[in-house]
Amino acid sequence: MTEIIEPECEIELAEFVRGAVASKSKLRIVGGGSKQALGNSVTGKHVSTSKLHGIVLYEPASLTIVADAGTPLEELEDELSGNGQHLPFEPSDYRNLLGSSGEPTIGAVVACGISGPRRIQTGSCRDSLIGVRFINGDGDVIKSGGRVMKNVTGYDLVKLLAGSYGTLGIITQVSFKLLPAPEKTATVILYDMDDNQAVGAMSKALGSPFDLSGAAHMPKGKNQSMTLIRLEGFEKSVDYRAQKLAESLSHFGEVEIESDSEIAKKRWKQINNIEAFANRPGAVWRLSLKPGDSPGVINAISQSREIEVLYDWGGGLVWLLTPIIDNCGEKIIRNCVNQVGGHSTLIRAPKENFTGNAFHPQSDIVEKISTNLRLQFDPHSILNSGKMSAI
Amino acid sequence: MSQIKMPLPDSSILDRREYLTAGLTVAAGSGNVITDPIETIAYECDALVAYRCPPLAVVLPRSTEEIAAILKFCHLNNLPVVPRGAGTSLAGGALPTADSVVIGVSRLNNTLEIDLPNRFIRVQSGMTNLSVSGAVSSDNFFYAPDPSSQLACAIAGNIAMNSGGAHCLKYGVTTNNLMGVRMVTMKGDIVDIGGPHLDPAGYDLLGIICGSEGQFGIVTEATLRILGKPEGARPILMGFNSNEVAGACVADIIKAGLLPVALEFMDKPAVIACENFAKAGYPTDVEALLIVEVEGSESEIDDQLKKIKRIALHHNPQVLRESDSALQSDLIWKGRKAAFGAMGQIADYMCMDGTIPTSQLPNVLGQMQEMAKGYGLRVANVFHAGDGNLHPLILFDANKPGDQEKCENFGNDILKLCVEVGGCLTGEHGVGIEKRELMNIQFNDQDLEMQMRVKDVFDPKWLLNATKVFPIGSSSSRRNKNSQKAA
Repeated sequence: MTEIIEPECEIELAEFVRGAVASKSKLRIVGGGSKQALGNSVTGKHVSTSKLHGIVLYEPASLTIVADAGTPLEELEDELSGNGQHLPFEPSDYRNLLGSSGEPTIGAVVACGISGPRRIQTGSCRDSLIGVRFINGDGDVIKSGGRVMKNVTGYDLVKLLAGSYGTLGIITQVSFKLLPAPEKTATVILYDMDDNQAVGAMSKALGSPFDLSGAAHMPKGKNQSMTLIRLEGFEKSVDYRAQKLAESLSHFGEVEIESDSEIAKKRWKQINNIEAFANRPGAVWRLSLKPGDSPGVINAISQSREIEVLYDWGGGLVWLLTPIIDNCGEKIIRNCVNQVGGHSTLIRAPKENFTGNAFHPQSDIVEKISTNLRLQFDPHSILNSGKMSAI
Repeated sequence: MSQIKMPLPDSSILDRREYLTAGLTVAAGSGNVITDPIETIAYECDALVAYRCPPLAVVLPRSTEEIAAILKFCHLNNLPVVPRGAGTSLAGGALPTADSVVIGVSRLNNTLEIDLPNRFIRVQSGMTNLSVSGAVSSDNFFYAPDPSSQLACAIAGNIAMNSGGAHCLKYGVTTNNLMGVRMVTMKGDIVDIGGPHLDPAGYDLLGIICGSEGQFGIVTEATLRILGKPEGARPILMGFNSNEVAGACVADIIKAGLLPVALEFMDKPAVIACENFAKAGYPTDVEALLIVEVEGSESEIDDQLKKIKRIALHHNPQVLRESDSALQSDLIWKGRKAAFGAMGQIADYMCMDGTIPTSQLPNVLGQMQEMAKGYGLRVANVFHAGDGNLHPLILFDANKPGDQEKCENFGNDILKLCVEVGGCLTGEHGVGIEKRELMNIQFNDQDLEMQMRVKDVFDPKWLLNATKVFPIGSSSSRRNKNSQKAA
């Protein structure tokens, strides 16, 4: 068992990082440890933010919350739901998908930039994030943004830190803008469509005035295919919009409205957490594409590999389960994505079955900018070194 | 006299004026370069008109490739560059220096691609904000960010300043609606970041470019998210007998889980000025006026307004007037939208832009009026209450010696107060030169150093809009490293 260092406060953590600089030690940064498998593997002293714990400020009337990085996501979400509010970006819980344990923390959600189905309506994690405090690779405590929802003072380092997997700094505190939690959730369900039709139907719905908060498609497998459209809000409004959408999509085939909120919430939680690929053998990829390109890319990959897919974000996000042979299909998957533009990330694979970069290689100039940025934030390459790139 | 100091121009550049303008003409093509001092005057300022300085030259390129060639030349010759969209910055973001070349994107004004099924539009960055919505309006789509200057302001400037607008409580600001850019770096490299897909492949470079005030590169093309238009919208007007009560009403609306598409607040001085100017039918005997607008179908709007009215009635409104026609809706908005013009008729004014936690609204408005008394100046407030983004308009007389300085000092005090209560210096206008020297109030040296290190990555020579954003003393060593000029 490796020793885990768990500083009790930001100052102690900053001192620890300065010590690591002096002793030229690399650091492996975790929150609760549930998402360690994401990205490339990292070696180094194991440091956790889990003791930086607690909600620092919560003003429901200002729609803002500030919490220390190690605060369990569940604790934060419970506090919000007690006040009829929620995190707009609907962070996923990947524990079942990754077969991991540990308590997901809010800092790690930000570090990994995790966003669920509502991304198409209210934006991703970085869009709700309005402030961060972090410790850079020199051991300096840095702040950016704050606790107000409109803020253009100085560069938006907040966005850069979200999804940087701990390679630009150890996040110690995060602030979010919030939204009221919906009174009602309903799902409009269409059956038996192929991928092209499904993306077409979701695009039509997403371009309508009816303010969707989810659009996912599960292609035909053992069961018939299902295309799911989520509506959230006040009861009368949800009922009205569901009816209008069902009417406007009726030419795509059979349409059903599932109007029980609890059933709908359960269904979207399964989609959010990619439960369909949990406890299944194989590698899991995450593809980010222009929605209209997705069916073509999936069709092309399926010509040479066995795959199962799940579409979210109206087709803009594709989850893909595939056997581990041929380096988990890296070459064919990345080639097919490169044909149209977008990117692919390896989310889950046994270590011995994948060599290469879990993140999609980018253009030389973007790679160069990214490397130079990393070296400005972490000049000694000690923070999660190797997680996103070679350094 | 104005108080914000700009660094002395680099004499080694002024001495080489002829050589440099000749070189620019070769790089950009002669039809694209303006060097006549009479003509460059048109570019001597932006909407922060108290500060003016004609540049060495102005270049108005017609393509990304031309911009790349010009920037390569400027980089090679250590020639500072000031990017310019439409010149509507209220913060001096496009103010030239005498040793700089202004590169304007006004000729890059074409729509490149409209993709309704995938919900994006790709445009050249010189297009105006309003014309982007215009390009997709007949298909029932729109581009959400709507700064007050949307008729004139360019997408390039919106991206540089991460512009907001009246409807961002629901739809977010520029950064939340920007999907990709094509940008030319100071070295002249063309780089594509993001695109029609929904998230970044690695670091969120798009997120850091948006709001970087033209200091990282010149954006020539943008991919923007477009949304389906709502079925309808309707405002309601509410008058209260104190700022505190109006503020409490705003808090209760938000706590009740309602998310109006706009939630605008006007204090008494603003109400009176707007009413006198626009004859919008505003009640002038109230202390505070709220305009709340909701969207949806007729029945959805009815339902939401019913909930809002129920909340408002708890606060004993003096006026509660729901629009019952398109004409009345227009009238309700007419007064609000005329605010700046109305103020301009009364006096010269400066528009501030701090944001505060909404819980601090009554406190900050009260303190502001006290400060106004101390300075002997008048201040009116028109702002986005849902997100706490204040726009105090401080009235002064530009012809009265010392009045502008007094006004700037008052403005600085307001912004300091915003930071003190947990807010920030600027919510949507940007830092520019205007709030540059106040950055130390919000950030410590380490915070600012970290930000400047990001600029080092994109513009190692500090040639791009380099006299903005950071306190002039903090950035001087970096700016002077590559030039021969004195501090």
